[in-house]
Amino acid sequence: MRILIPIKRVVDPYAKVRALPSGEGLDTAGLKFEINPFDEIALEEAVRMKERGEATELLVITIGGSECEEQLRKALAIGADKAILVETSAPLDPSAVSTELAAWAKELQPDLILMGKQGTENDENQTGQRLAAKLDWPQATFASKIEKQSSGFQVTRETDLGEEVVEVAQPAVITVDLRLNEPRYIALPGIIKARSKPLERATPKTALTVKVKTRSYANPPARGAGIRVNSVDELVAAIAAKGVL
Amino acid sequence: MNRLLLIAFDESDLNSCGGFAAALGLPYDALLLSGSSAVGGEKIFQVGLAEIPTADTIAGLLAVFVHTYSHVAFVSSMRSKDLAARIAGILDAAMITDAIGIESPTTFLRPMVAGAVIATVDAEPPVFITFRPSNFAAAELTAGTVVPMGMELAPCSKIVKASAKTAGRPDLSQAKIIVSGGKPLKDAATFESVLGGLADALGGAVGATRAAVDTGIAPNELQVGQTGKIVAPNLYIAAGISGSTQHMAGIKDSKVIVAINKDGDAPIFEVADIGIVADLFDVLPQLQAKLPGARS
Repeated sequence: MRILIPIKRVVDPYAKVRALPSGEGLDTAGLKFEINPFDEIALEEAVRMKERGEATELLVITIGGSECEEQLRKALAIGADKAILVETSAPLDPSAVSTELAAWAKELQPDLILMGKQGTENDENQTGQRLAAKLDWPQATFASKIEKQSSGFQVTRETDLGEEVVEVAQPAVITVDLRLNEPRYIALPGIIKARSKPLERATPKTALTVKVKTRSYANPPARGAGIRVNSVDELVAAIAAKGVL
Repeated sequence: MNRLLLIAFDESDLNSCGGFAAALGLPYDALLLSGSSAVGGEKIFQVGLAEIPTADTIAGLLAVFVHTYSHVAFVSSMRSKDLAARIAGILDAAMITDAIGIESPTTFLRPMVAGAVIATVDAEPPVFITFRPSNFAAAELTAGTVVPMGMELAPCSKIVKASAKTAGRPDLSQAKIIVSGGKPLKDAATFESVLGGLADALGGAVGATRAAVDTGIAPNELQVGQTGKIVAPNLYIAAGISGSTQHMAGIKDSKVIVAINKDGDAPIFEVADIGIVADLFDVLPQLQAKLPGARS
């Protein structure tokens, strides 16, 4: 089984990110960039499938500038076999990305596409579903457990009500949630081995047309400073005074 | 044609759509996948499904149905994102996730980076939107003509089993009062008795942090935050919650945030309207006994 794992380079998900004063973008000065944490969980799952003998080949792909090589090298160190960098400096959105990824999926013919449920920068939660739609493949989103079956997968999904177990036929798109696994630390041999693994630079196969354009970025108003109370009686009085009971 | 279609999974979902529909200001209809309603726009298409199938089973049919609308909107939820993005993908249409404001029918506000930044985005119709109801002033849906609608399903992925809707406490995303807790609640029984007790006394819902869910103290559907539920109650009581950026992303639209934490330096105190540095196990039972209106 061949697995394609699309990854995204995102600003450090644990950093405090602000909009630029000009409103033209995010202020990422001095901040690290990482593999989108949900995509890293997807990659970890793919590596485990390979270790169990369920997968034979793991391909990671990203669309973006040459700086994305850093994240692809890391993905190779984690355990991917080959990386593809589709180079562009064009603005992207889930429509453009899913269209491009669909073109690559048709060429690479993976049996499974595993990816994060959303990127932590834009929090859009669209690309996996759009990709599945474009390929006309089944989808299972928000996966917290994936079991290989003879001709597909049994996926436990997180839902608004709790959990749901679905069976999806292969090939499929599965998007993953936080509780699927705990990604490994990268061991030194992995980093050394990654240097000799193939990283292909390619040009986009599609026009990368965006449907949603971001006009400006702003910081939301901060919540005003609150009060501290020293006893439960004061707390009860303060809550009652807010008129929210 | 500039016209909005609201797609709702059930009546309670549809009932959260009034504010958004009024703010957008376009004539509208509704498509109700299960249940029935006399309000929802000029036409209320009722599919009457006994249970909601997987997104890939119904998206194709819905894509054919919605193509005459300029705007197709859903209440933001895991199931609506699952379905809306699939239909948008089939139609290659624009989609705005988690709209929290409308500047015009082609310009919307949405949060990104866990709500740390608000983006103003432009999209030409047809546009799919998931929106957060609490960010729109409540408004009644107009009454309309009910149109029963058949739907022949095209089976794709199959549900083997699913959690059932639990009766009792209000839904987190719609609750007026939420009592929420973190890892200091120790175990599932303590979590349920201490937090659940106060929540029931106030007629509220129970929420949890990711850490509480990950350690098995609370079930995952109670998780509040960037990757869980986004809530906007009148009163959010955070007990033993330190206040990670990811948790804060889910609660910042609450009217009043009360923080109870032993650690006076916990970041939750920076956003709390009322804070007390104390042991939640001392405070919560007393609140239950002393808050006006609390049933014992």
